Amino acid sequence: MPSEFFIPDPDGQVPSAEGYFGAFGGKFIPEALVAAVDEVAVEYDKAKADPEFARELDDLLVHYTGRPSSLTEVPRFAEHAGGARIFLKREDLNHTGSHKINNVLGQALLTRRMGKTRVIAETGAGQHGVATATACALFGLECTIYMGEIDTQRQALNVARMRMLGAEVIAVKSGSRTLKDAINEAFRDWVANVDHTHYLFGTVAGPHPFPAMVRDFHRVIGVEARRQILERAGRLPDAAIACVGGGSNAIGLFHAFIPDADVRLIGCEPAGHGVETGEHAATLTAGEPGILHGSRSYVLQDEEGQITEPYSISAGLDYPGIGPEHSYLKDSGRGEYRAVTDDAAMQALRLLSRTEGIIPAIESAHALAGALEVGKELGKDGLIVVNLSGRGDKDMDTAARYFGLYDNGVDAVVAADADSENAEIEGDAK
Amino acid sequence: MSGNIRLLSDTLAGAKAEGRSALIAYLPAGFPTVDGGIAAVKAAFDGGADVVEVGLPHSDPVLDGPVIQTADDIALRGGVRIADVMRTVREAFEATGKPVLVMTYWNPIDRYGVERFTAELAEAGGAGCILPDLPVQESALWREHAEKHGLATVFVVAPSSKDARLAEITAAGSGFVYAASLMGVTGTRESVGNQAQDLVARTKATTELPVCVGLGVSNAEQAAEVAGFADGVIVGSAFVKRMLDAPDEAAGLEAVRDLAADLAKGVRTRA
Repeated sequence: MPSEFFIPDPDGQVPSAEGYFGAFGGKFIPEALVAAVDEVAVEYDKAKADPEFARELDDLLVHYTGRPSSLTEVPRFAEHAGGARIFLKREDLNHTGSHKINNVLGQALLTRRMGKTRVIAETGAGQHGVATATACALFGLECTIYMGEIDTQRQALNVARMRMLGAEVIAVKSGSRTLKDAINEAFRDWVANVDHTHYLFGTVAGPHPFPAMVRDFHRVIGVEARRQILERAGRLPDAAIACVGGGSNAIGLFHAFIPDADVRLIGCEPAGHGVETGEHAATLTAGEPGILHGSRSYVLQDEEGQITEPYSISAGLDYPGIGPEHSYLKDSGRGEYRAVTDDAAMQALRLLSRTEGIIPAIESAHALAGALEVGKELGKDGLIVVNLSGRGDKDMDTAARYFGLYDNGVDAVVAADADSENAEIEGDAK
Repeated sequence: MSGNIRLLSDTLAGAKAEGRSALIAYLPAGFPTVDGGIAAVKAAFDGGADVVEVGLPHSDPVLDGPVIQTADDIALRGGVRIADVMRTVREAFEATGKPVLVMTYWNPIDRYGVERFTAELAEAGGAGCILPDLPVQESALWREHAEKHGLATVFVVAPSSKDARLAEITAAGSGFVYAASLMGVTGTRESVGNQAQDLVARTKATTELPVCVGLGVSNAEQAAEVAGFADGVIVGSAFVKRMLDAPDEAAGLEAVRDLAADLAKGVRTRA
């Protein structure tokens, strides 16, 4: 029986054998990692061809993760989006609370097939770290998670979850102390411990085969969403929208829609305080092609190839790189990428919470803010699928400070006038 | 003007003719300042280094341990630019007449432009480049320009490199081969371990190029041990650490000179 939930790219046009998506991708790694990265590629190819691998992964995705995830229509939220119909792909309802588990379970099975006993991973928002710690608990693997020190503070709940699950969490104090630096530190660990350690990379970036392999593990998101929207709305959507940090949830949603030329694929990048301020992580909007973390893609960098420090209120999107397939989709024109500010994302987070009773992750809220814009552009007949990639529990401290929800007099970050723009939201206490 | 690949080869051959290993020092440009970095390179030559690798500081030095990360941070905060790296190479070469290479991650060259970088490095009197994160499969463009400008392309091999791959890498490289003594990032280690000797033997089976060993070497005893089986001994973090620990710049330069002198004795001892 063919696999229902592990659905690698059947087309196989990209990447090339060398790992290139057009001009992007490749394998820019130190010699010490070549053998290990090649082993991952060989083992993944074997696994793809092995029905037993698909059977095992399917079983986990159904009975452990809870796939398929729901597609929820959000009409009260959509009233604020020009009346377009909006459906949310509920990856937040997966076990561990985000899409990350799809990839993690696949790579955990691969780790076991390679006979490795230890897993390392980077994490920004902590969702990939929690998913990895979860899989390691399930499979009995030793687990070390690298997380930027700033992120350990703003996502403290997820640090506690990882430690509860038995993982070691290392706060990385170098550089901007965020996701990029966590990846640097994980690479350093991998080079030193590669004989028994698998680097369970969390996004569709890194050296080949990671961009293609991680994409394949997340393709199920779009495959399900496409089937579900056809059943529910009787047609394909006008737009599929997702937030983009490294790009894993976005490629997961987009990929099954790529052959559907009329479905716009829209990625929402973090504009932070505004792209014009320089304090952002909008890599495709403001970056230039370069090499970061093992592949060629758009990168936020200066004219001498130094990586510039990104900023976003969202730890999971606070990254100066992007998966190479997104760079390919951008340059080919198949993908559209727009930048969403911190403020727009936070307003969308509150709007969804108050109109639909769903608290999204700040990452996913960037996609929701994009949907509010795109909905207004499409008008009443519009039909949109948004990937709700994660739930917002981890972000409640950030949100409470931003909106002034604590009783102890902590000031709201949001200005009073920004607040009043959304005063029409029903149930708004202000 | 052509680069100094020939000077590099002659220097390594000269050491061999003397029945010893060459001493290769690594120092980042711009650390602690551009002029201070230039003085440090000269001090390393003064103490007895045969070759110096000038590091191009990078925002994301994923192959470096905490010591070189700290130095890179200081250099970048001081505003070091590629022009400063070129000036370091030029002044060190002009003052000593000895081979000076650049060691850099690939992205700065990719962004700066391969032709521009190689032309400027050759013009400054540089002997070549070590590119630790540019795998041989992605290196064709670099090698074309490096060759055109008379610059060596030094590839890194690792204990995990399989024999067939070693042959592929050494066939594409020039100047010498950089053998990483262990699996890990830069930094001083208590012992160098026996992986290095095995790797050097396997590498030498594929090439006539000199094979020099780096990573983890910090003192004369280790240098002597490595000199027993390698054509060159590469020392980086130990120099940088001496400078970081020194109370002032003058003491730092003295410490670099002393360590180079110590290591120079080591490579002549051969354990």
